This record gives sequence, C-alpha cells and structure tokens, in this order.
Amino acid sequence: MSDLFPVLRGRAWLLGDNISTDVLSPGPYVHAPMAERLRHVLEAVRPDFASGVRHGDIVVGGRNFGVGSSRESAPQHLKDLGVAVVVAESFARIFARNAIAIGLPVLTCQGVGGLVQDGEIVAVDVVAGEVVRSDGTALQAERIPPEMLAVLARGGIVPMLRAIAADQGSTAE
Amino acid sequence: MTWAEEILAKKSGLEKAVAGEYVVARPDGFMMHDIFAADVLGLLAEVGIRELHDPSRVTVVFDHMVPPPSVAAAAHQRTARELARRYGIANFHEMGRGVSHQVMVEEKRVREGDLVVATDSHTTTYGGVGALSTGIGSTEMAYALATGTLWFKVPESVLIRLSGRLAPATSGKDLILALMRIVGSDIAQARSLEFRGPGTSSLTLADRLTVCNMGVEMGSKFAVFPPGEDLPQGAAYAASYSVDLSSLQPMVACPHHVENVRPVQEMVGTRIDQVFIGSCTNGRLQDLRDAASLLQGRQIAPGVRLVVTPASREIYRQAMQEGILDALVAAGAIVEGASCGPCFGGHLGLLAPGERCLGTHNRNFQGRMGSPDAEIYLASPLTAAATAIAGEIADPRSLLAGLAAEGVPS
Ligand code: SF4
Repeated sequence: MSDLFPVLRGRAWLLGDNISTDVLSPGPYVHAPMAERLRHVLEAVRPDFASGVRHGDIVVGGRNFGVGSSRESAPQHLKDLGVAVVVAESFARIFARNAIAIGLPVLTCQGVGGLVQDGEIVAVDVVAGEVVRSDGTALQAERIPPEMLAVLARGGIVPMLRAIAADQGSTAE
Repeated sequence: MTWAEEILAKKSGLEKAVAGEYVVARPDGFMMHDIFAADVLGLLAEVGIRELHDPSRVTVVFDHMVPPPSVAAAAHQRTARELARRYGIANFHEMGRGVSHQVMVEEKRVREGDLVVATDSHTTTYGGVGALSTGIGSTEMAYALATGTLWFKVPESVLIRLSGRLAPATSGKDLILALMRIVGSDIAQARSLEFRGPGTSSLTLADRLTVCNMGVEMGSKFAVFPPGEDLPQGAAYAASYSVDLSSLQPMVACPHHVENVRPVQEMVGTRIDQVFIGSCTNGRLQDLRDAASLLQGRQIAPGVRLVVTPASREIYRQAMQEGILDALVAAGAIVEGASCGPCFGGHLGLLAPGERCLGTHNRNFQGRMGSPDAEIYLASPLTAAATAIAGEIADPRSLLAGLAAEGVPS
C-alpha cells in the first residue's frame, strides 16, 4: 500500500474552521464552465488560493471542514486544482465520504490547525496517518482504514466502477 | 450495543460492532429523488454498469422540482425516468406521490431495524420508525447500487432520555428545536442521536419523524427511536441528556442558523410576510390538523401569504376528506401539490429581499428560500398557524387559551 502512496510533500494552505461547501464550490458558478468554477474556489476566504495553488499542495483546515450540502464538486474542485490531501481538525461527514469517493485523501488530525504555518512545507504520510513539519515535529492523525485506502489507491470509486463494469461485461459475454 | 452498533453489526454480518470501527454493510434500501437520480444512474451508464445489484431495494421519488418549473428540470426528469426504467427500478414514484421521505415511510420501503441510504441529507428521518438511515453523495450511491454494499464508520451515540408527556401546544418540532440548544452540534456531530426512555411512547410517529428529520441539522449521522423504552445492557454512550417533555414550550429557530433557537415568547411581534406549512419535517396529517385547529373559521392577517404543501398524496386526500384543506383555503391559504414546494427555494413561494418567512421546514440558511436578503424562521405548525393569523410571530398558547375560553374543543 505504501508503494501506492508515497509520502506527500507540499506547501500548506492554512484555512480556518467551518470551511463550507458554498465556499469550496460557490453556488452562483455551479453551471459555469469548469475553468471559471475553479477560479472561484475558496474565493470568499482566500482570494489568493485558486490562482496560487500548485500541484501537490496541501490544504490544512480547522474544525468541521466541508460543512454544508452534499455537492461532490466541493472536494472535486480541490482535487482538480492539484490539492494532494486535506488535513483538518474534523470533517463534515458527507464531505469526507465524498472526498474518498472521488479519490482525494482526507486526514483528521487534532491540533493540526495550531501547529502548521501557512505556506510551510509539510510531509503527509497518508497510510501511516502522519503529518510532519519541516522542523521534524510530527502529529499523528487518525489512520484511514484499509478498505478506504484501497478506494483512494484506485483513484476513487469511478475507476472501481469501470472495473466492475468490465467484469459484468465479460461474464455477460 | 447502541442501536447504531447493533444494526451496523447485523448488516455487516458481524457479531459485534464498536464505535470507531469501519464496517462494510449491505443496506436494505436505497432512495434517490429527482435532483440526483439522473446523475447516479447516468454515471453507472457512462462507466458501463448494465445491472444494479438489486433493483428491488431501490426507490425513486420525484418530489423536488415538480411539476417541473423549467425546461431544464423537465429534461432532467425525463432522463432520470428513462434511466430508472432501463435499470429496472419498479419502485418509481412520479410527481404528486409526495415528499420522498414521507413516501418511503408510507410505502413501507423502510422498517424498524433497517439500514437505508439516500441521496438526501434528511434521510435521517427514518429513525422515526426505528431504522438507521443517512444521506450519501451520488458517486457513493452509484457504487452502492452496483455492489449492494457501502462502508460505514460505526458512530458513537448520544443518548437522549425522554420522560413525561408533551406540554400543551408543543410537538416534536419544539422538542428538536429545544435539543438544538441543549445538545448542539459540537456534541452531536457525526454521531448517532438515540432516543430512549418512558417519554418516547407518548410521541406520535409524526413527532418522531420530525425529530429525526432535523437530527441532521445538529450534524448527526443518524437519529433514531429504537423499539422499546429500555436502555440496552452495557451500551456505551459518548454523552447523555435527559429531557422532560412536559417542560417544553413553543420554540422558534431564528435567522440564519438552525441552532439559533429561542422560545417563541421572546420573538412575539416580529412582522412576517409569508408562512409556510409543509415539507418532510412538518407536512403530515397531524401538522395540517394542528394548523386547521387554529385557522378554522378565521382569516390570515392582511398582508400575509400562507403556502401549504401536504407531504404526500395520502395526506392530501385525507386532509381533503376531513375538511382541513377547505378550512385552510377558506382562511386564505394557497394549497400546493404534495412536493417539497418552497422548502429548498426551488419554486412555489420564494422570498423577495427584506421579506420574512416563518416555516415549518428544517433549514433557515441565508438564501434557502430565494433572496439572500430574506429571513427565515422555523417553528411548529401550531406556531405557524398562530403567526399567519396574527401577521407577526405569535405564541399558539394565547390563541388556544382564547379558544378554550370560548368553549371550542381544541
Ligand atoms: S421537503 Fe425540503 S428538506 Fe424535505 S426533502 Fe424536500 S427539499 Fe429536502
């Protein structure tokens, strides 16, 4: 499993508590072209995010990350912008489920908001559930159970469904 | 074990499940409504899944955008209808049958001890019949329909021990609004709210469904009334509370958060433009009877609009036969079909900037019913009816006291 999940190293974007699905995927743009939708991600709380985020960056949230509606575009937009993992004090239930379903790792880690600085390089070991700062200090996050690591390793549920479909096809033939 | 642990263990083929563990369970039922059915089934079609694991466990209900208020909604529904047919979903309910959660209960598509998932956050409602039920996203639903399985984290449970009987002029809505204050989302977040104790037997099914419906507004994953009043032996709860039902008073959630709850008394006199009685929270027969008990033979205040949506066709017909709809319409209400109506701001009664609505539904987020500059208050059907008559937030107890003085049975 750890072969599939090398330790992720990236710049931290420090966000606060209660980052909502409305902020992650603003309602007024839900029908806009994708490029435009992505330009407005987190605009209300971090106007510099959408233009500044780079592939492999790490989002660090506070309590209740992803609160709000069940829209899957919220985790999907973060993934599309290149975010490698979201680490937060706690997650809203449906957001966390949806993130795993679309193949974006999310780690619940007490105290992470107070420890990590905005812009600092942190290393996240998704399998071990470890968050390590540049000075070597580490925090233990809740481990993701193997079944869900397997979903993440496959890149989310859609690739798994394609495999099931291929199976159905071969048995039907 | 708690009820959540017991049901999740059973549905995962395990002897025992403990809070914090992850299990892979086989849900008994799956429900989708018109907003997400096309997305879920469309995804399955796109990846090439030809058959659902068990179409007989799947229910589709068209309730949100019905009758379609736009060409886009009509086209979306046509796609969902065609896909439902293609995947052999026989339990398909066209517009007019009612709000999905009420339809699930009436059609007995969910029973005590079942595990049910649906593409809607208010799926917690079925805890009112003793089921464990919760909302999921559409990609997960696609997976669950294809495989018949879904993973769950076994939640910790919060025990709510109820005693006494509901005080006059209060209902399940006042109980759940009071709990928003007493328990709140820090405690309930991602947990299972488990209602036990001698007070539970005095609550009607309608009251229980209302309470579980709004459990999700506290962030809870499940909200459930298990059968029987007694506590299970050796079950571990993360927190526990006791509530005496006879101590409740009419409550109202004020803008713009459901947890912003106060006794109605404190808000009396707040001018209101629209009153809404309906939704999966409070559009049941008991609710319409409550409303009619106050509105019968009266008129709503000039300048107030009253929108009523019965939660299902059965409720609609029964209310018609009992003369309830006639009483409401005579009092000045407009009665819409059995649908979600204005509850989520889709159509049928949106608010202008600066307007205030008091509704019996479940969310008062900014912009939920139209303009982001409108205000939404949430309360019981009795409080809603009293408010419609007064044109401002009113305490139903004063009206009921008046009725009693006139010798009218309430
Ligand atoms: S009535 Fe309102 S809360 Fe209930 S399912 Fe419809 S939109 Fe959702």
